[in-house]
Amino acid sequence: MPPAVLVKHLQVSYGRQPVLRDLSIEVPEGAFFIIIGPNSSGKTTLLRAMAGAVKPQQGQVEIWGEPVGHFSKKALARLVAVVPQRVVTDIPFSVQEVVLMGRSPHVGWMGLEQPRDLELAMEAMTFTNVAHLARRPLPQLSGGELQRVIIARAICQQPRLLLLDEPTAALDPAHQVNIMDLMAQLQQERGLTVVMVSHDLNLAAMYGEQLLLLKEGKTVQSGRPADVLTYELLEQAYGCPVLVDTNPLGQVPRITLVPKRFLGPPF
Amino acid sequence: MSWSGLPLGRRLLWVAILGGVLLAISLALGMSLGSTPASWRQNLAALLDRGGPEDILTTIIWRIRWPRALLAGLVGATLSLGGLVFQALLRNPLADPYILGVSGGSAVGAILGLLAGLAPFPGVALLAFLGSMCTLLLVLVITSGEPGGRKGSLLLAGVMVNAFCSAVIIFLVSITQDARLHNILYWLMGDLSMSAPNQTTFLIYFLLPCFLVVLCLARPLNLLLMGEETALYLGLNVVLTSRILLVVTSLMVSLAVCQSGLVGFVGLVVPHLFRLILGPDHRLLIPACLLGGGSFLILCDLVSRVLPSQGEMPVGVITAMVGAPLFVLLLMRSR
Repeated sequence: MPPAVLVKHLQVSYGRQPVLRDLSIEVPEGAFFIIIGPNSSGKTTLLRAMAGAVKPQQGQVEIWGEPVGHFSKKALARLVAVVPQRVVTDIPFSVQEVVLMGRSPHVGWMGLEQPRDLELAMEAMTFTNVAHLARRPLPQLSGGELQRVIIARAICQQPRLLLLDEPTAALDPAHQVNIMDLMAQLQQERGLTVVMVSHDLNLAAMYGEQLLLLKEGKTVQSGRPADVLTYELLEQAYGCPVLVDTNPLGQVPRITLVPKRFLGPPF
Repeated sequence: MSWSGLPLGRRLLWVAILGGVLLAISLALGMSLGSTPASWRQNLAALLDRGGPEDILTTIIWRIRWPRALLAGLVGATLSLGGLVFQALLRNPLADPYILGVSGGSAVGAILGLLAGLAPFPGVALLAFLGSMCTLLLVLVITSGEPGGRKGSLLLAGVMVNAFCSAVIIFLVSITQDARLHNILYWLMGDLSMSAPNQTTFLIYFLLPCFLVVLCLARPLNLLLMGEETALYLGLNVVLTSRILLVVTSLMVSLAVCQSGLVGFVGLVVPHLFRLILGPDHRLLIPACLLGGGSFLILCDLVSRVLPSQGEMPVGVITAMVGAPLFVLLLMRSR
């Protein structure tokens, strides 16, 4: 069985600016894989490369052994669903209509949904707890509701690989945990492979099975949370002092940021 | 049960029925009213009795008013659909073939064709199509690479392209003394009075396939509305779909312009009206714009024929008087 995602010597540039430099990683099937790293370290670009949205200068991304470029857009969308960082929210489609768009790679061009599609949409909305909002227009949703709607759309696509770009970024703590729990449930109960970009190191430590720490388009470290989230590596990647101890909930690291006033007088 | 709660198929049926009724009423009105007065009984008799060749009213209705109403319907449907597609593709509610300069470009092409003495088809139509594609590409090139100020710059580019096209048209008209161009100014304002039955039937063969292509792309249009990246993630070949839509839309708009001149704002008024009523789903909006846009221009043409006590005014006067204020309203709301 080939891995869900295999990135081989990937090199991506925007203009002259290299974003990913000779990056190679492997995401096993059924993993909860979280990509962390400072701003402009290439996290989003890596995710977009996995979704077939950027053309690499060199190297390639394989999805279950098949290069991404070999799939038709439709075939890829049946395998890989993406929850992007920014979504259009000003078009007054109803929640149900937005979730049903997830059926697009499965229905014909004329695009009238069958009862089966409606069932799947309802099931996805129930799973992410937005079924009661089915008729609500998109612009009237709160941030947390919107994120759950977009995730429901991704589930409705029936993918085997789910890519998420900072899904918890704009949410309050309760919604953050809610979204992460949903992802863990999808991964454990349905065997989905989840790849997520996150800025929240503690959420990454608690939920991620494997982490990838990126800096300037290169791997700093990849592996289990305890191997990646050490203060040496984090200071090297982020350039700021952090405190790492053990999370009181269990055997995962806990990261504490250190304000300047705790650092003591300058030498 | 509320409108949005109905299944899509049911809503589609309602749109088809109501739109069909609206179109039938508009056609009946457009064919019965005019400078030759007649009672509704006489009109009805003449409408139903196609065969009677001696009856003057029957002749007027079927030889003069019918081709004209049919042309108005086709042009109205085309321009409405064109506006709808441009608004979705450019994600800009103010886009419309007239405002983007696409209509102006086809007019320049068409006039060049007329001056060169080409046949209406394929010569003039082909030049009109080339003209529309050129202006569209020009507008897109001017506005590409600045996603932030896109709304404003798109309009500015359209205004400039339009101004340039108008200047070229007036220039061309000024340097020739060709009798064929005597009513060119009327045509510039949009004029349906030159419709000949055989040309109109001809138009149908080209427009209906275009309508069908756009109808088949209703769901992709919905996806494009959600942004190109999202559309891609939902399995749409964004580049190919956009290209098909741009070419097909330019083609049908330029064909309409060849026949009717520059009828403005139809592509703005009609899609917005239906979006308010039906919501953003293109699977409903496309049939609604075809039927409703056709009806709208038939009625506008009727007003332009009946309102003046002597002669008639270009239909573009009516559509602009309805459309321009609406455009300003939308512009103010979009800020």
